[in-house]
Amino acid sequence: MTEAPQKMAPRPSPETQPFWDGCAAGELKMQRCRGCDELYFPPRPACPRCLSDDVVWETLSGKGTLHTYLINHRAAPGFEPPYAIAVVQLAEGPRMMSNIVGVEQTPEALSLDMELEITFEERGDVMLPLFTPASGDR
Amino acid sequence: MTGASGKVAIVGAAETTRLGVIPDMSAIALHADAARNAIADAGLTNGDIDGVACAGQSPVAVAHYLGITPRYLDGTSVGGTSFMLHVRHATAAIAAGMCDVVLVTHGESGKSRVGAGGFRGGDVASLQAQFEAPYGPTGAPSMFPIGVLRYMKEYALTHEQLATVAVVQRQWASQNPRAMMRDLITVDDVLSSRLVAYPMHLLECCLVTDGGGALVLMSADRAKDVELPHPPVYVLGTGESSETPMVSQMEDFTTSKSFRVSSEKAFAEAGIKRSEVDHLMVYDAFAHLPIYGLEALGFVGPGEAGAFIEEGNTAPGGSLPMNTNGGGLSYTHTGMYGMFAIQESVRQLRGTARAQVPNVKISVAQGVGGMFAAAGTLVLTNQEG
Repeated sequence: MTEAPQKMAPRPSPETQPFWDGCAAGELKMQRCRGCDELYFPPRPACPRCLSDDVVWETLSGKGTLHTYLINHRAAPGFEPPYAIAVVQLAEGPRMMSNIVGVEQTPEALSLDMELEITFEERGDVMLPLFTPASGDR
Repeated sequence: MTGASGKVAIVGAAETTRLGVIPDMSAIALHADAARNAIADAGLTNGDIDGVACAGQSPVAVAHYLGITPRYLDGTSVGGTSFMLHVRHATAAIAAGMCDVVLVTHGESGKSRVGAGGFRGGDVASLQAQFEAPYGPTGAPSMFPIGVLRYMKEYALTHEQLATVAVVQRQWASQNPRAMMRDLITVDDVLSSRLVAYPMHLLECCLVTDGGGALVLMSADRAKDVELPHPPVYVLGTGESSETPMVSQMEDFTTSKSFRVSSEKAFAEAGIKRSEVDHLMVYDAFAHLPIYGLEALGFVGPGEAGAFIEEGNTAPGGSLPMNTNGGGLSYTHTGMYGMFAIQESVRQLRGTARAQVPNVKISVAQGVGGMFAAAGTLVLTNQEG
């Protein structure tokens, strides 16, 4: 018997481990520069704005809006097409790619700028941040 | 005009003998076939070449394959626009006296997948692998157009206008026997083709083919001294830039920063106005790229390109003929299409294009690397400086 194909699991690198540790604790964490106050993503050891390495991990609200997306009609391993691949505008400023779950994967159901909130899905050894329509929106 | 502007010329330009489906040739053999054609097109031999630039394969391998002992190597590999950067770097190198005659090659078995080649990322610890790949992308069609819905909302671009990009390019391709897709299509045909990644339909996505192309560059002075089979095409201005390896981290999903930076530099170096451009190539991996290109290069304002194309300005007979070989959507797309955009610019400037535009004096070729990751711009002319 062959196993069902698995969705790809991210493999943390030394520089991103705190992000994934945050996800394991149910928190979305990003780095803020103490020199210039920039909050940035994806994780990097030094601030991309001023190159200071005096940066700290900060927990975000997990709230955001649907900035843009497309609906993929081909299947990645473990995915059931069609499904949306989205960019979420986080309330605190940075944007990140994600999937939008708990909602029909149609242009009608997925309207740009709709309110979203974070949820997590187990992927291999890590918890992957996903988004779902905000409770008030459902 | 500044710097190396006008001091270096493209004196040889050719594509692989065959184009489309070539299962009996590996990627490096496609490089070599294009190189032999381009060297012959320049009336030269491999002994005349002392610089090699390519992407997909190592320039070491290409030089060895062709019996060239180089004094200049450029393996810049930033996706399908790499060749614009190769021309830019070769122009500077030749003008600086680092080498005399540079060969730029492309060959890719994009469809048949014979041999290595192409632009592939593989680092599982990369930021893309951690923060994009887990969300289910299945190649460029599921990622590159991710900003299109944002653009459509910001500027009220319609699905019909997006489809018109493919319709117009097919009009050009219908005049080109080398084009893979030549039958005229309508907006309805495009919108009723299957969805690949909403809002993109099959006919709004590029082809996947085998093929290649090559260029030979030398100084404009030397080009005057030797007997050339074709008139030289002078490199008037060049630019390059990059934005992000992660499409999800674009600064603004309605425009390409690297297109803007690259093209501003190229136009400034050339010392020309947008209105002086007679012919334009914008790398069209997907139907939204010509729209982003027209705006980022400053030919029209933000949000105006959809209507500009719909009004026929880029079509045969229009004021700014664009993607006149049929583009990546209808002509060919091996994976790193930028070489073919340059080839068509050269043909238009030589007056040898299949769908020839009358009186082309200045042509611009805009390339994209990755998914708005990198950009390269060439401003070319057949007018001696």
